[in-house]
Amino acid sequence: MQTEKRKERIDRGIKIRSDGIYALSSWREITYLIAPRFLLIGGLLAAPLLLHFFPYWQKVLLIICIYALLSMAFDFLANYVGLVCLGGSFFVGVGGYGAALLNKYLLLSPLISIPLAALFGAAFCTLLLLPCLPLRGVYFAIITLMYPLMMTRIIEAFELFGGTNGMMDIQGFGNPWIEQYFLVVATLVFLFALRRLSVEDLGLVIRGIKDNDQSVRASGINITFIKAQAIFYASFLGCFAGAYLAHVYMWAGLSMFALDFSIIPIAATVVGGGGSLLGAVLGAILLVPLSEVLRAFGPLRIVVYSLILTVVIVIKGEGLLNYLSRKYHQFERWVEI
Amino acid sequence: MAMLTVNRLTKKFGGITALDGIDFSIEKGEVMGVIGPNGSGKTTLINCITGFIKATAGDIIFNGRNIRGMKPHKIVNLGICRTFQIMRPYSSLPAYKNLIIPLYGPRARKTGGWRGGGRHGDRNIIALDLLEEVGFERESKVPYKLAGTLPTGYLKRLELARCLALNPDLLICDEVFSGLSMSEIASMVPLIEKLNKSGVTIIMIEHRLKELFRVARRVMAISYGEKIVEGSPEEVMANEKVKEAYLGA
Repeated sequence: MQTEKRKERIDRGIKIRSDGIYALSSWREITYLIAPRFLLIGGLLAAPLLLHFFPYWQKVLLIICIYALLSMAFDFLANYVGLVCLGGSFFVGVGGYGAALLNKYLLLSPLISIPLAALFGAAFCTLLLLPCLPLRGVYFAIITLMYPLMMTRIIEAFELFGGTNGMMDIQGFGNPWIEQYFLVVATLVFLFALRRLSVEDLGLVIRGIKDNDQSVRASGINITFIKAQAIFYASFLGCFAGAYLAHVYMWAGLSMFALDFSIIPIAATVVGGGGSLLGAVLGAILLVPLSEVLRAFGPLRIVVYSLILTVVIVIKGEGLLNYLSRKYHQFERWVEI
Repeated sequence: MAMLTVNRLTKKFGGITALDGIDFSIEKGEVMGVIGPNGSGKTTLINCITGFIKATAGDIIFNGRNIRGMKPHKIVNLGICRTFQIMRPYSSLPAYKNLIIPLYGPRARKTGGWRGGGRHGDRNIIALDLLEEVGFERESKVPYKLAGTLPTGYLKRLELARCLALNPDLLICDEVFSGLSMSEIASMVPLIEKLNKSGVTIIMIEHRLKELFRVARRVMAISYGEKIVEGSPEEVMANEKVKEAYLGA
C-alpha cells in the first residue's frame, strides 16, 4: 500500500543556533551569518576593479546602482509605508535638474552638488506630494504618475532650464574611480541605513501605518507627519540617483522624467522580492545587465525582456530573494502522513 | 466640574441622523456604561468624541476645552484613548512590538518615561511589562508571536494594552468583552476594575450587561441616536423604553 507523503520545511540547525548570542560560538556560525552580507558588500565593492578592462560594463554598473536606489525607494514606500509610488522618474528628474542648477550657477563640484541636490530635491518632492498623503493605494499611484508628466510639460511650455534641449555642460567626475566608488558606497550605505531604520522605533511606526493607519492615529501619532518623513527618505534616494545621473551624463534634460525610472524599479522589486529592500537591489542587479545583454536581439529586445519577466513572475512570484533565503535557511524533506 | 461633558451632540450622515442631540457628562474616576441595540449609534458616539468622524453639531468639552473637530491624534494626546471594536493590531509585527508604536507617540513620551531606565525608558521592556499587566504570560512565547497569529482574546487585551501605553485619563472601551469566552471575560473584568481604581475614568460600550453592571455604577441607554434613559443599572433595566428598544413594542 502506498503511503501519502507531504513536503515539510524545517529551519536548519545552524539558523536556529545563530539566531541568538550563540552565533558567536563558532567560526562556522559566524560565517553562516556574514557570508550573504559579505557576498553583496564585497561583490559590489570589487565590481569596479573586476570590470576595469570593460569600460562599457563599468557604466552598466552605475546604471545598476541607480536602479537599485530607485527600487529601494519604491520597495520602502510600497512595502513599509503602504504607498505605491509610481513617481520614480519624478524624483530622478527633480534631483537631476537640481544638481545641474547647483553645478551650473553655484559652480559646486559633483561631490557637493549631488548630496545637496538630493537634500533640496527631497524637500521639494515631499512638499509637492504633501497634499496627496491622505490618499492610498491606486489613487496615490496615479497622482505620483502624473507629477513627472506635469513637470515635463511645464518645462517645455515655459522653456525653463534650456527647454527641450536640457542643460548642457554639467561638470563630470573626471576620475572614473571616484565616479564609481562614490555611487557604489552610497548605495550600500543607503541600503543598510534603510534596513536599520525599518527595525528602529520610527521604522516600526512607519510599518504600523501600512498595517493599520487608524490604530496609529489612535496612538496619538500624526500619520501625515510620519508619512511625509518616509516620503522624504524615499525621495532622497531617488533624487540622489537623479543628481548622480546628471553628472554622469553631464547633462540634465526632459528624458530624466521618462517612465523607465518609474517602471523598471517596480519590475526589479517584483523580481527580486519586495519587503526586504535587499530583494529590490538584487532585482536591479539582475534586470539591468539582462536588458543590456538583450541588446543583441535588436528591435525585439523589449519583447524578450518582457517574456523573461513574465516567466519569472509566474514561476517565482514570491521573488528571488525570498526563494533564495528559504533555501539558505531551511531544508525540505518528505514525511509520511 | 465634570471631566467630559457632551452637549447636544448630533451627527448626520446625509439624511440619516445617527446621533440626535446626545447630552451626558462624566466625572473623574467614574465608570459609565453605554448600552443600546445594534445600530443605535454607540460606536458613532465614540468616533465623534475621539475625532475619528466629525460631529455635525454640539459640543464636546474635555477638561474645560472644546475638542469637537480636533484631529484624533491631538485628542489622544489630551488623554482620551479608545479601543476599537474590530481589533486593529499591526499584524506583521510581533505582539510586543505593537506597543512600541503608542510608546513612540508624544503622549507616552510625556507621561510614561518613568517606567523604564534611560530618557524614555527602554520601550521593549515597557512593552513587555504592559503585556504582562493585561495578561500575556511573560515567560511564554506569546508576546513574541506575530500579532496576526494571535487569537481574539489576546487581540482584545492587546487593544487594551495599547491604550494603557498611553496613560489615559479617560479610556473608552468599545465592546472589549464581545467575542470572548466566559473565562476570558472573567479575567478581563478585574483588569478594568483595577484600572478604574488607579484613577482612570472609563466609558464602556457593552452588550454583555451582566459583566458591565459589575463595573459600571451609571449606565446610559441610547436608541436610534437618542438618549432614552440614564441612571443606575437597576433603573435602566426597569425602564419601559429600554425594554421596548431591545425587545420591540
